[in-house]
Amino acid sequence: MQKHTVTIGVFALIALIAVLAQFNVLDAYYVSVLMFMGVNIILATSLNLVNGYMGEFSCGHGGFMCVGAYVSSLCTVLMFSKNAILGAPLLPPSMTFIGFPLALLVGSFAAAIAGLVVAIPSFKTRGDYLAIITLAANYIVISAINNMEIIGGPRGFMGMSATEVGMKSVLDIPWVLIFTMLGTLGSVWLLRRFVSSTLGKGVSAISQDEIAAEIMSVDTNRMKLIAFMLSSGLAGLAGGLYAHILGYVNPQSFDIMRSTEIMVMVYLGGMGSLSGAALAAVLFTVLMEALRFLDVWKWVVIPLLLILLMQFRPEGLMGNKELADLFPKLRKFYSFK
Amino acid sequence: MSLLEINGLTRRFGGLIAVNDFNIDLGEHELVALIGPNGAGKTTVFNLISGFYQPSEGSIKLKGKDTKGLRPHQVTALGVARTFQGIRLWGEMHVLDNIRIAQHYRLGYSLLDCFLRTKNYVHREKAIDAIAWELLEAMDLKDVAYELPRNLPYGVQRRVEIARAMSVKPSLLLLDEPAAGLNSSDVEGLIKLVRWIYDNFPVTIWMIEHQMKVVMSLCTRIKVIDFGTTIADGSPDEIQKNHAVIKAYLGDDTI
Amino acid sequence: MEIFQHILNALQFGSFYALIALGYTLVYGVLRLINFAHGDIFMVGAYIAYFVAVTLLGIGGLHLGMDMHPALALAITVPATMILTALVGVALERTMYRPLRRKGANRLYVVITALMAGLMLENGNLALLGASRKRFPDLLEKVVWDLGGGVSVTNLKVIVIVAAIAVFLLLQFIVTRTKIGMAMRGISYDKFAIPLMGIPLDTIIVFTFILGSSMAGLAGILFAMSYPILEPYMGALIGWKAFIAAVVGGIGDIRGAIVGGFLLGFIEIGVVAVFPSTLRDLFAFSVLLIILWLRPTGIFGVAQTTKI
Repeated sequence: MQKHTVTIGVFALIALIAVLAQFNVLDAYYVSVLMFMGVNIILATSLNLVNGYMGEFSCGHGGFMCVGAYVSSLCTVLMFSKNAILGAPLLPPSMTFIGFPLALLVGSFAAAIAGLVVAIPSFKTRGDYLAIITLAANYIVISAINNMEIIGGPRGFMGMSATEVGMKSVLDIPWVLIFTMLGTLGSVWLLRRFVSSTLGKGVSAISQDEIAAEIMSVDTNRMKLIAFMLSSGLAGLAGGLYAHILGYVNPQSFDIMRSTEIMVMVYLGGMGSLSGAALAAVLFTVLMEALRFLDVWKWVVIPLLLILLMQFRPEGLMGNKELADLFPKLRKFYSFK
Repeated sequence: MSLLEINGLTRRFGGLIAVNDFNIDLGEHELVALIGPNGAGKTTVFNLISGFYQPSEGSIKLKGKDTKGLRPHQVTALGVARTFQGIRLWGEMHVLDNIRIAQHYRLGYSLLDCFLRTKNYVHREKAIDAIAWELLEAMDLKDVAYELPRNLPYGVQRRVEIARAMSVKPSLLLLDEPAAGLNSSDVEGLIKLVRWIYDNFPVTIWMIEHQMKVVMSLCTRIKVIDFGTTIADGSPDEIQKNHAVIKAYLGDDTI
Repeated sequence: MEIFQHILNALQFGSFYALIALGYTLVYGVLRLINFAHGDIFMVGAYIAYFVAVTLLGIGGLHLGMDMHPALALAITVPATMILTALVGVALERTMYRPLRRKGANRLYVVITALMAGLMLENGNLALLGASRKRFPDLLEKVVWDLGGGVSVTNLKVIVIVAAIAVFLLLQFIVTRTKIGMAMRGISYDKFAIPLMGIPLDTIIVFTFILGSSMAGLAGILFAMSYPILEPYMGALIGWKAFIAAVVGGIGDIRGAIVGGFLLGFIEIGVVAVFPSTLRDLFAFSVLLIILWLRPTGIFGVAQTTKI
């Protein structure tokens, strides 16, 4: 029983937050901060797979998030709200329970496919040049969407809130919050399982010595494909959740600034540490809210903090250690297969 | 059938001919050396076999299968493992992981198995673990299983690298200067280790080595190359007396 | 005839990209560091030019009560801006990059520091000067030369193009023909051997930053004169684009920066000539992506060989 303490604790926490939100103990502001925290955790941990574990420098994560956000939004809007393309909704509101997760999946899948744009050149090229490719990919996604008038172009795209309204019409509980928490949990769980398997450790082998990895039987191209697609796919999931939290998206919210934010979280937490990235995402979200009073100065202070971090603790808060490495007693409370 | 059959292997880099018309035929369970002066093209031969370079001409056949166009990990999957001149372990992962990862080609589970932790996954990971521990135990590395390679003495790192190569379960083991940088007691240990591997595994060992002590005490056959071309091939006794070899190493005495 | 007008425009745009790309490529060529702050140094250059110019003209800035003739003001603004911008670049190197280099920090940490330094410059500017845009004063009397057939060219355009080519020739000369250039090339091969040869590493690196940043300052003035509206984020997009241009040309190679810069200029103007202008970035980035797919190390870049 003790071995499951952490697992039970996590689910209890999710249930507790949902209940508190349901009875308005947590007001809308805190709920939205919690949801963005979840989205940030997914973004930071998934980018960490590429920038931390694989040692690449991907600086276009926002682009994949954008693909996921738009594709899943398009799905739910077509299915559940009145729109300019099809007119009436395709499906009744009761179908939202299947439709919403499905749309998130489709969005993630689309983002994973978009990840191929970066994954395929990564077979031949590494480092700085690959960084540029990710950067260009980010710009291409943003300017492609800016040019699609049918989904609003630069003005953005909306109508996603109909999905939550649909779900709430059946049962009035904070659905998007619940889905966000489950999505966050699922992503971290997926990544944890991947990087702790012998298969997933091939990714770290690539980062430490790619030639040795290839010659010692690691199919480096396949590993890169998996890492990039998994990473961008999860970014897509984060994008889908983000879009349905806000009920509105525009391309500018996924530009290079967003990608930079995600990188800040990864390097704040420590490369190659999932719990580090997750903690950093929590810290970063809180910091962004706490520093709100600084207004424009916020984005002077945060880079400064990171510069100081690079000078004095460049390995990030956690280095490549996990929480359980720092506090071995934690292991007693969870069993990880 | 021979294990490794190389015919007319040639590799050019621009105008430089690194390996020229190289031929060899290795059977099952042999202990062979490849020697030659620095820059003779020895490592290039190994790089060609492991698929890191593609031959300009000629063919490499492993157990009758032409390796042309195969990528290095595919060649390894056919049963070729190697070590490197400068040690190339994954320095940030502990020794046990280093040895686990080299079994990548026979993981035997898919990404989905990995996500869902299926029975197959659990079973396969256990098998991988078992092989890794078995090797660590046999090669006296059990105590350092959770150490990072970069924290280990050079001699131990060499052993870890050989253990990693053995976890591929190779039928051909290529050792690229295994004694380089070792002190004399480490060299003794290395000779014992190679002998032990040869006695206990069905493997053909082919090594590049400069220390004649290692070569002469281990190998039954020696091939000598210089400027990419074979200049001698035979037993240790024959090689020691071979005039062309002496000339290649010491220079021409008939000035 | 329209095509000649487009070519002239492309040359002008390409010149801006090339001037900024040269700064990226110089620093990268010597330090293997992507100086992500460089686009923002260009922005700072434009702002410095603005403040120097309005001070000299007596219409703002420090209100020293000067009332200089625009031509004279221009003659002072150009060198003053280049020097001051170079100081900004050197300050970044001294306060942020050098301490990391001394510690032997991972290259990545320096890159992140550069990225963050860029953000600080952008947002610091926004916080200090506010979101209102600045209008750059006219320093140059506009002269339009009619080349016939509906093609015309302004004196400013000619100056921009000539400046880019002159800077390229100068840098090419410095890097390939002078002792200090030889030292710069040496550092890119082996940072550790250079000090052993008695060459002052830090001096060479500071010199590199002076060269790169002053060129960004020059680009800043010329850009502000051509498009006289300044805002804090002006350096971000053009900087990223110039950086990509440098990479497409083969980062670390001065010819690559020029070729990449002009190539990007031609692609952009070409797209705008045929398609709606909103498609400009999409096409430009896609073409660059395709080039990098086909030639991963850029046009002049040499693939690094790995030995085992």
